[in-house]
Amino acid sequence: MHTVPWLTILLVIPVAGAILVALLPKRASTLAKQVTLVLTLVELVLAVLATIAYEPDKPGFQFAQRYDWIKQFGVSYSVGADGISIVLILLASVLMPVVVLASWHEAEEGKRGVGAFFSLLLALQAGMVGVFAATDVFLFYVFFEAMLIPMYFLIGSYGAPKEQTQRSYAAVKFLLYSLFGGLLMLAAVIGLYVVSVHQLGHGTFDFAALRQMHIDEDTQKWLFLGFFIAFAIKAPLFPFHTWLPDAGAQSPTGGAVLLVGVLDKVGTFGLLRYCIPLFPDAADYFAPLVLALAVIGIFYGALLAIGQRDMKRLVSYTSLAHFGFIALGCFAFTSQAGTGAVLYMVNHGLSTGLLFLVVGFLVARRGSRDVDAYGGMAKVTPVLAGVFLIAGLSSLALPGLNSFVSEFLVLVGTFTEYKALAIVATCGIVLAAIYVLHLYKRTMTGPVVHEENKLVADLSLREKLVVAPVVALIVALGVYPKPLIDIIRPTVTATFTDVGHHDPAPSVPVAGVTTTGGHS
Amino acid sequence: MTPAVAAGAEGGAVHYAAASGAFSLSWLLIALPLAGAAVLLLGGKRTDKFGHVVGTVAALASFVVGLVIFFTLVGRDGSDRAVSQHLFSWIPVNGFQVDAGLLVDQLSVVFVLLITGVGTLIHIYSIGYMAHDPGRRKFFAYMNLFLASMLLLVLGNNFLALYAGWELVGLSSFLLIKFWEYKPAAATAANKAFYMNRVGDVGLAIAIMFMFGTLGSTNYDHVFTAAAGGAIGHGTITAIALLLLLGACGKSGQFPLQAWLPDAMEGPTPISALIHAATMVTAGVYLIARSAPVFNETQAARTVVVIIGAVTILIGCVIGCAYDDIKKVLAYSTVSQIGYMFLAVGLGPAGYALGIAHLLAHGFFKAGLFLGSGSVIHAMDDEQDMRRYGGLWKYMKVTWVTFGLGYLAIIGCPPFSGFFTKDKIIETAFDKGGTSGYILGIVALLGAGITAFYMTRLFLMTFHGKARWSHEGADAKHPHESPTTMTGPMILLAIGSVAAGALFVVGGTLQDWLAPVVGEHGEADHVLSPTVLTLLTLVVSAGGLAGAVLRYQLRPVDAVAKPDAAVSPLTVAARHDLYANTFNEAAFMIPGNYLVRFLVWFDKIIIDGLVGGTAATIGGLSGRLRRTQTGYVRTYALSMLGGTILVVGALLLVRAG
Repeated sequence: MHTVPWLTILLVIPVAGAILVALLPKRASTLAKQVTLVLTLVELVLAVLATIAYEPDKPGFQFAQRYDWIKQFGVSYSVGADGISIVLILLASVLMPVVVLASWHEAEEGKRGVGAFFSLLLALQAGMVGVFAATDVFLFYVFFEAMLIPMYFLIGSYGAPKEQTQRSYAAVKFLLYSLFGGLLMLAAVIGLYVVSVHQLGHGTFDFAALRQMHIDEDTQKWLFLGFFIAFAIKAPLFPFHTWLPDAGAQSPTGGAVLLVGVLDKVGTFGLLRYCIPLFPDAADYFAPLVLALAVIGIFYGALLAIGQRDMKRLVSYTSLAHFGFIALGCFAFTSQAGTGAVLYMVNHGLSTGLLFLVVGFLVARRGSRDVDAYGGMAKVTPVLAGVFLIAGLSSLALPGLNSFVSEFLVLVGTFTEYKALAIVATCGIVLAAIYVLHLYKRTMTGPVVHEENKLVADLSLREKLVVAPVVALIVALGVYPKPLIDIIRPTVTATFTDVGHHDPAPSVPVAGVTTTGGHS
Repeated sequence: MTPAVAAGAEGGAVHYAAASGAFSLSWLLIALPLAGAAVLLLGGKRTDKFGHVVGTVAALASFVVGLVIFFTLVGRDGSDRAVSQHLFSWIPVNGFQVDAGLLVDQLSVVFVLLITGVGTLIHIYSIGYMAHDPGRRKFFAYMNLFLASMLLLVLGNNFLALYAGWELVGLSSFLLIKFWEYKPAAATAANKAFYMNRVGDVGLAIAIMFMFGTLGSTNYDHVFTAAAGGAIGHGTITAIALLLLLGACGKSGQFPLQAWLPDAMEGPTPISALIHAATMVTAGVYLIARSAPVFNETQAARTVVVIIGAVTILIGCVIGCAYDDIKKVLAYSTVSQIGYMFLAVGLGPAGYALGIAHLLAHGFFKAGLFLGSGSVIHAMDDEQDMRRYGGLWKYMKVTWVTFGLGYLAIIGCPPFSGFFTKDKIIETAFDKGGTSGYILGIVALLGAGITAFYMTRLFLMTFHGKARWSHEGADAKHPHESPTTMTGPMILLAIGSVAAGALFVVGGTLQDWLAPVVGEHGEADHVLSPTVLTLLTLVVSAGGLAGAVLRYQLRPVDAVAKPDAAVSPLTVAARHDLYANTFNEAAFMIPGNYLVRFLVWFDKIIIDGLVGGTAATIGGLSGRLRRTQTGYVRTYALSMLGGTILVVGALLLVRAG
């Protein structure tokens, strides 16, 4: 099976699909939807097969391919998967058909036509696969920037109807923030290339080769910052986040799911893939700063979520809090925290994805994102309310659901290195309960105060099909996360041990506690 | 070495046998009600007609499995009654290995019987109580979910599994408090319960982190072996114990986290009986008794436990005297009775088993009292104000008698259960010795007197005296006895209230049974002779009872409560929950609201303004660009082009150099 170029296949399908769907005649909008759905389902099957084919305990990149692209500059088309990127590609592939089905009627109001909408979705998927699969830093940068374009059009052209000005503002703000970060990263990428010329005698963007270099600490710091700011904007971390609530609120539902569920993970993925292995000394140096921003983000995001009236903005702010947890896990430098952080990226994609979907369904029914436009909806739309609650409970990390596993791993892993930080961060779980259940209370409970809400329909069969797989995964990964953990853990452990970080030993290890087996 | 350590097993090492035979079925205890919940929730309206049957059968089946396991355990050797079952590896990350595993031992099995036994009775009761509720199927689904969660809580063989059960019972409690969520009060009460529980959960979570950070494990056997062996530093073990206690206070409605429990009475009455009286709220007591090897090592933490217990006894008693809502009075009596249990387990090896004994006895009589109150509320068309009751004994004799038996049990009338269990706690408190022993003993004694007062008040106002309602008029009531599905469980629980105390306490049955888990109780030096103390307790209780008879039987009861201005300041304070809610609002909610409002402003003006200065400029620009959408594309294309040229240029330079 080694010869199957999984990643290239996963990349080619959405690229070809995007072109195909764009070329379909304008009137064939149903065909465009069907073709997109089939392609994303095929992609999902292939992504699952690739994940099965992936051998977690084998070091290095798998399914690797390398072709020279701009030979004189050492730029190549290089792809490969490790335990982190493979699960994120899988996440993207799981969410895509869900989003396609959820957006079935969404594009009709958009100004560029239905076909273009689905073509943009496929282009976005190509960008997501590419950005996670790239093992050439320049290629990574290209995908990093290329992803912006479809997302920009999805917000600007298919976002909140009737809010032309805010929509354009949100789209431009998203673009500018990302471009600014991208520019800094570009400078750092070039800097990295310059260093490689000096150190290796030939310039390269190959990640594996760059990783072997020993960069002096001052250079590391500058290059680190270039990457870090780009990722901190993308993820986003406090205080680089203000584009997110606007983009989250103005995006079409499917766009918001992909934006917050997958695209933003490029930021936290980048921290683990690039910032820490390439600039280990700088990562150590800046760790306190990153950890502080992470913990601030946990509280800041949660408190702001509590203060929102716009449901989509609210969900966006909860993500700021969640990204705080993820960044905390990335920079605590223990295998538990790191594994928890990567698992969190997947889980957050599912839980926040589901939250955006349900909120989107509700908004589509009533045309308002304002919390006060609702109230008592559990009586009118019990299934919708139930799914909403499950998404919320996942978001507040209830045990038995997926996010608990990742959140607890982040906290317990952080605790072994930074007790005080972990204790403070743990207090954030109270705020998570408040932002979720306060929202639930305001929208779903109490009497139905608005007459027009009394006739709102519950979830349709299509909508149930959209949420069912996500709900199933949320429960399954809460009860039995081991398959994903087993894929993620070796890569994360290697990432940290390669730069000299080992898990601290317990101060009073109990005799008989095994560190490998799972049997008592 | 303390007795408890020696009792764990030879050499202080805690060892659990691997599950086989009947014990390999222990997962069924959880799986059966979980399956019930899944069928009812996923089956939707299709299961409306028979949902209550499915739910009740699932509970009953779990109870039967519990019985089988109990008797198998009884059949084993006394020192070999702890059986651990590994189900699957739950969260394995290098040094952090957490399994889904169950522990059946003397402690967990009594909880299994209490949960599934009382649980089944309350399922049966609910068939009648919820007969006309359109959401009955969901109600049974949530109750099954609760049973599964609660069983996970007591059966888990490591602290993280306990934590999972711990938060999941919180979820079930939340779902059932807000069962009638169209009532804003119910929705608010449910959220309040969840928030305050989460504050406690933070403590439990951090305690688990301390365990892992110190020992590299969260398994009971590892943690308890290390604790009993004195391997954990004193500061750390005290911190762990206090953090566990924080969790226990949240779940069990103990000071300072007691304010959610009375509000939780917004839920249907069977829920008040099952979750907010008999089982879930006693989980804090379970946690402390389970963690006995940890608490044994830290006198400081045990002192805090007894102080919290004593303070909560008084808080519950005082407020219980002031309310007229029958369920609120029962709720505060629960708060206060759990205070007794905390006091007991805080006394260390002498008290663990007594706390559990009182917990079990309380499980019977309080569940019975709540079901009885439900029967009354049912008969009185959902009226909960006792000032609108009176003279009901004539109309509902079964309820009157069964409630009466529960009432006699809670006030500690011999030979009913509360007499044995509470008496022992008071005795052990005095036996602690020193000034603190006297203070605790006197508080416990005083509590017994006040309990007799307010429970007599409740009983008389409800069942005796003149009827303060009418058969006629707009507000006509037609009280009647409840159907058999409701009275049956009430009768069985009443039998339990009568017998449980003697069964558990006389001859030290339960103490001997639990000794391998929580330690030998030993024979203490008595500060006061037990006989004298028993008599003293009876006199104090009789005094409380007599006071209530004088006030509420021999004098007429007003149908409307006196205004605050006409009653003592203490009554006013008690009517306002001793200002616990006022304090929480002033200390947390109001400042929190201001903070949130400030941050919303701060985020918009400062952060977005400064960090996003460019974005603000563009915000102005976008107005102009909007009309020519192509302008965007051009801007973007140009910047991309610019970027690429920059790259290529830079690369060329490097290449040249």
